[in-house]
Amino acid sequence: MALAVRVANLSKQYRIGEARGKVEYRTLRDSLGRLFRRPRSATIWALRDVSFEIPQGQVVGIIGHNGAGKSTLLKILSRVTRPTEGYAELYGRVGSLLEVGTGFHPELTGRENIYLNGAILGMTKAEIDRKFDEIVAFAEVEKFIDTPVKFYSSGMYLRLAFAVAAHLEPEILLVDEVLAVGDAAFQRKCLGKMGDVAREGRTVLFVSHNMSAILHLTQRTLVLQKGRVVFDGPTPDAVDFYLASGFRRAGERRWDQEEDPTWDPAGPFRPIALRVRDAQGRVTDTVRADEAFTVEWEYALEKPLRGLRVGIYLLTTRGEYVFTSFDVDDVDMYRRWEERPPGRYLSRVHVPGHWLNEGRYILSVNASIFGVRTFFHEENALSFRVDPTGVVGAQWPERRLGVLRPLLRWEILRNA
Amino acid sequence: MTSRTNPKPYYIVRPPGRWGFPDFRELWQYRELIYFFTWRDLKVRYKQTLLGVLWAWLQPFITMVVFSIFFGRLAKMPSEGLPYPIFAYAGLLPWEFFSKSFNKAGRSLVMNRPMLTKVYFPRLVIPLSVVLSSLVDFLLAFVVLAGLMVWYGIAPTPRVWTLPLFLLLAAAVSLGGSLWAAALNVLYRDVGYVLPYLVQVLLFVTPVVYPTSLVPEQWRLIYSLNPMAGVVQGFRWALLGVGPGPDLGMAISVTVTLLVLLGGLVFFQGMERYFADRV
Repeated sequence: MALAVRVANLSKQYRIGEARGKVEYRTLRDSLGRLFRRPRSATIWALRDVSFEIPQGQVVGIIGHNGAGKSTLLKILSRVTRPTEGYAELYGRVGSLLEVGTGFHPELTGRENIYLNGAILGMTKAEIDRKFDEIVAFAEVEKFIDTPVKFYSSGMYLRLAFAVAAHLEPEILLVDEVLAVGDAAFQRKCLGKMGDVAREGRTVLFVSHNMSAILHLTQRTLVLQKGRVVFDGPTPDAVDFYLASGFRRAGERRWDQEEDPTWDPAGPFRPIALRVRDAQGRVTDTVRADEAFTVEWEYALEKPLRGLRVGIYLLTTRGEYVFTSFDVDDVDMYRRWEERPPGRYLSRVHVPGHWLNEGRYILSVNASIFGVRTFFHEENALSFRVDPTGVVGAQWPERRLGVLRPLLRWEILRNA
Repeated sequence: MTSRTNPKPYYIVRPPGRWGFPDFRELWQYRELIYFFTWRDLKVRYKQTLLGVLWAWLQPFITMVVFSIFFGRLAKMPSEGLPYPIFAYAGLLPWEFFSKSFNKAGRSLVMNRPMLTKVYFPRLVIPLSVVLSSLVDFLLAFVVLAGLMVWYGIAPTPRVWTLPLFLLLAAAVSLGGSLWAAALNVLYRDVGYVLPYLVQVLLFVTPVVYPTSLVPEQWRLIYSLNPMAGVVQGFRWALLGVGPGPDLGMAISVTVTLLVLLGGLVFFQGMERYFADRV
């Protein structure tokens, strides 16, 4: 089968600071200073020895934690940045959706931005002319096409931006997490469009945290960890590998700076560890369906924070939300912890037994001040399994539908 | 093995190689993007302004009036026997073209940071289109010069056909200088602060408000090291027939221009590898 992408021993080294975007630029003075003092140059390999081949028409997912090198890989493939070692060959016109709306100018109208953005993404004017109506219809902005986009709602802006990018017809499409934005209806539309692209036999590389999208759209998935490919195979296996204990201690997620350069180490909120503990208090990957368990998040505050809320999202492996819960949801707690002084904290939540169905669940975490700032957010921070032991209705060996499998109070009335 | 079914990759991404000139063939393939960026620049510049494109005329015109009052009337600056307004305006046009291009193109990479980190296209497109959009302003402002010449009854010299050559020289200086500034500004933001001062200093050593004849003979050659000196002199010589024409000083200006431009192209290309990671 004809190749679409060949990547051989691809490596990318960043100086510490570059990858994190902390030291964004140097001043002349820094450099002059450097002439005299040789600095200990701290470097980090964002990608290390990555090799793979993708045949034409395959849709491949790329998953991994923040800072695992997913975006760096796409940036190299799309020629935005150069590798330090190795090479990549691309057999076909490449289009990338690394971020929609690149080059949109607020003062220009929707029409003007379509042309500008199309040209930036590599479309010719004739191509844009041909697809113009289709783009406008897809974005649903017909009425406002001659209005400057600064007057657009964020939803309209986003739809238009995605519409342009989606109508680029590359042989190889690189997609990074665009689906994380927009309302649910629009996300479905985007997913649909991606599915179309895949069915048309084009090659797609798709980076996402959304396991359900990955499972839905791709046949094969690469799992990246610390810049290396640690798994390459059929998507369901890759997702299992990623979610299960593939690369972390069962039942615990610890954060260290080196592994995850995306959060601000100088910030007031520093995550330490997230753990699942069973009813006996043991850190575990598997909890019994009939027993309560706890999820605890350990973190440190470097500064006093007002209005901080620390919480978890529980999701199924298909990406459906089961619930969202914050440690100060309760009004009394909210008042008690309105201001948190600096120090080390543990926020612990008790999840009842006889409640979740058997299966694997994902925890995402968030620490933020509502409407002000998000200090930390991580999708898929930890996963755990609910064991069928003692599950409700175990007397019938059947698969029960539903995310929850609660033991509810029933009454049976005879001759009522 | 696979080479049979894949005769040639569309492109190969490799670690940056040795320094060289930009890939001009690729640049040509991206000519539509150059057009769109130029068009965006112009469009955005005059959007939501009451007077719109009139500004392209007003800006140099007002500057000319101010210069005429202060330098022409009050300071009694010599103007090679020409009415001072014409003399000043003919120098101002190429100067404004250069100073606008240099100031804006020098900062253009940093201004377009989101694009540099997200999408690939030859980076040369960005400063190039800024220079081109300033060129459009220049052409608009040139109409006023023609009007002024009619008003003062001054006919262009027979060698007016050389004017495009001096315009080309001005474009070469602008682009060359911008390439250095833009690439350096990505690494050192100091450059962005220095640019306006540099332009100001250059104005003093360029014969815009005064004629070259004011510069002492023994300093002329050193003076010619400023490529804009050659451009402005050339403009007046070709259009109005005053001042030194093509001489040793002009040759020096042209040589410096070529060095700045060629060096700029190589430097820009060499630094391109750092743009996305450092900008």
